[in-house]
Amino acid sequence: MSRLEILRFALRGLAANKLRSFLTTLGILIGVAAVILLVAFGEGASQSIQQSIQRLGANTLTISASFAGGGGGGAFGGGGGGGSRVAGGQNDGPRTQARPLTLEDARALTDRELVPSVRSVSPVVTANAATAVHEGASHTIAQLVGTYPSYFEATNRPVESGTYFVNDDVLAARKIMVIGRTVAEELFGTADPIGGQVSVSGVPFTVVGVLKESGSSGMQDADDVAVVPLPAMQQSLTGFGALGSIIVQATGADTTDSAQAEVTAVLDQRHGITPAGVADYRILNQATLQETIGSTVGIFTALLGAVAAISLLVGGIGITNIMLVTVTERTREIGIRKAIGAPRSAILGQFLLEATVLSLVGGLSGVAVAFVGTRFTIAGISPVLVPSSIALALGVSVGIGLFFGGYPANRAARLRPIEALRHE
Amino acid sequence: MTVPVLSLTDITKVYGRGDAEVRALRGVSLSVDRGDYVAIMGASGSGKSTLMNILGCLDVPTSGNYRIDGTDVGSLDERRLAVLRNRKIGFVFQSFNLIPRMSALANVELPMAYGGVGAADRRARALAALEQVGLSDRVGHEPNELSGGQQQRVAVARALVTAPALLLADEPTGNLDTVSTGDVLGIFDRLSVAGRTIVIITHEDDVAAHAKRVIRLVDGRVVEDRRQAPVDGPPPRVPEVTA
Repeated sequence: MSRLEILRFALRGLAANKLRSFLTTLGILIGVAAVILLVAFGEGASQSIQQSIQRLGANTLTISASFAGGGGGGAFGGGGGGGSRVAGGQNDGPRTQARPLTLEDARALTDRELVPSVRSVSPVVTANAATAVHEGASHTIAQLVGTYPSYFEATNRPVESGTYFVNDDVLAARKIMVIGRTVAEELFGTADPIGGQVSVSGVPFTVVGVLKESGSSGMQDADDVAVVPLPAMQQSLTGFGALGSIIVQATGADTTDSAQAEVTAVLDQRHGITPAGVADYRILNQATLQETIGSTVGIFTALLGAVAAISLLVGGIGITNIMLVTVTERTREIGIRKAIGAPRSAILGQFLLEATVLSLVGGLSGVAVAFVGTRFTIAGISPVLVPSSIALALGVSVGIGLFFGGYPANRAARLRPIEALRHE
Repeated sequence: MTVPVLSLTDITKVYGRGDAEVRALRGVSLSVDRGDYVAIMGASGSGKSTLMNILGCLDVPTSGNYRIDGTDVGSLDERRLAVLRNRKIGFVFQSFNLIPRMSALANVELPMAYGGVGAADRRARALAALEQVGLSDRVGHEPNELSGGQQQRVAVARALVTAPALLLADEPTGNLDTVSTGDVLGIFDRLSVAGRTIVIITHEDDVAAHAKRVIRLVDGRVVEDRRQAPVDGPPPRVPEVTA
């Protein structure tokens, strides 16, 4: 008896009870589609998060002041001056307090000897909510940044039209400005902003470039930004005080960790932080952040997948149930088939194939549904199909068919013809 | 002399154990030659259904030796038993036992499908068998679209389509009206004339009257073995049926 023949019997058996076959298939379909879709959504979320982190800049460390740490607060706090701070006791007076980041700190980090892994250093001063005016149009720039030219590369903000400012502009403290897309639209509308005058707090700046649009990340509009040379900013707006932050770009992706170590060493030395003390600055490492978020999202995806896998399992149990009912219901038919000479293998094959066809059809339609489902963007996440999840879900669904169909099929095949025939 | 189609030696069958023990067959010895037409009679509880199941290799005897066409059935494993049932025996049951939702043609083709006959050959033979039982115009009908007599004729076609050594019928007319009974018995008579070996189990004397040989069972033993016509002659009722 040929395999094709057994397949025909199996298909005929399924066709005899179309609604039941359909519902069983539906169970597997939902399970497989859920696994693929949820994994795809997890992957999509993960990728979009990675991208927005990447947008912050490649291989960068962001150093910002932290007033929680420092050599000691003795000079300020009256009650804390009793020499209780270990770090304070080891350093001379002025160094015991938390020190802000200075331009000298930034310059120290450009030392090729001490910090070989650092490619560029950009000191940053920011003014939030600075009001800019251009020919009557007024706009509050969310982020006004005073920095060095290396900032553009470190933070991955290329200019779309016009030019960057260069080191000469910084030295000369020229009042020029590179603006983000949102600022350009708010102040200039459709007009070309290059060469236009924008006054911030009464100080006129000339626009030399417009940044490429980078989209909004979360609550903040990353395009509502203006970048000016650091001294120009300090002269006219913030004064020559502390830096807001220092952005350090490492020479490569694999050197960010060593760059972080080197920067830490230099700053510890400059700020008088002992190994036991708490640093008065913070270093935000892009790679570490990416890794942490990546693994968090990974756990999230795994959880989603596990939930989906449960529904796949339930679908499998549905197949067992249906096959058991089918075998019981068709006991007499099995008896007849055996009486007219059906070998055990043919009966086993028929019922196994019925189960496998159910799960395979369910699995394949589940994949089809998942394909369609991943075309849609839901809650701002565009799903990304993970090929291995398709293979896994399909494999599991066929495995379920064979495994869960095996028991009822075996029971059918082992029935003694005389008992099966007597069954009513 | 040729090997008998059926040869039973001291067959016993015991169901249950201890107090619940039922001895359905208590030593049946029997030999059926090729071309014979045997009716096995007995009241219910006489063990005739048990004997039928053993003859059809659906059940195994507790003791004794059973040969079909010279093959010792007791020594066969399940796979070979299936082949034997397929090749050597054609079954006709009291309750027809056609497979529902399969056309008459597909039902008749089924034993050949398990026997590994090619599709075209199978179809031709199934159609021929259906024609033999006078159902050429009903090949596409499913069992629930056929009358009892027609269903039983499909079952007979299914039983003889493999050209088995033995045609086993268990109360084939038990569920049929007089006209259908006549139809089915007429088919058996014609098959007997054609030289087919037939064993029919019945409790009706009218049915047994068609057989060349009548065996009567009481309490699991053969109590009467009467020949009504010679093995190589026509069955006794043929002139009457054809008239």
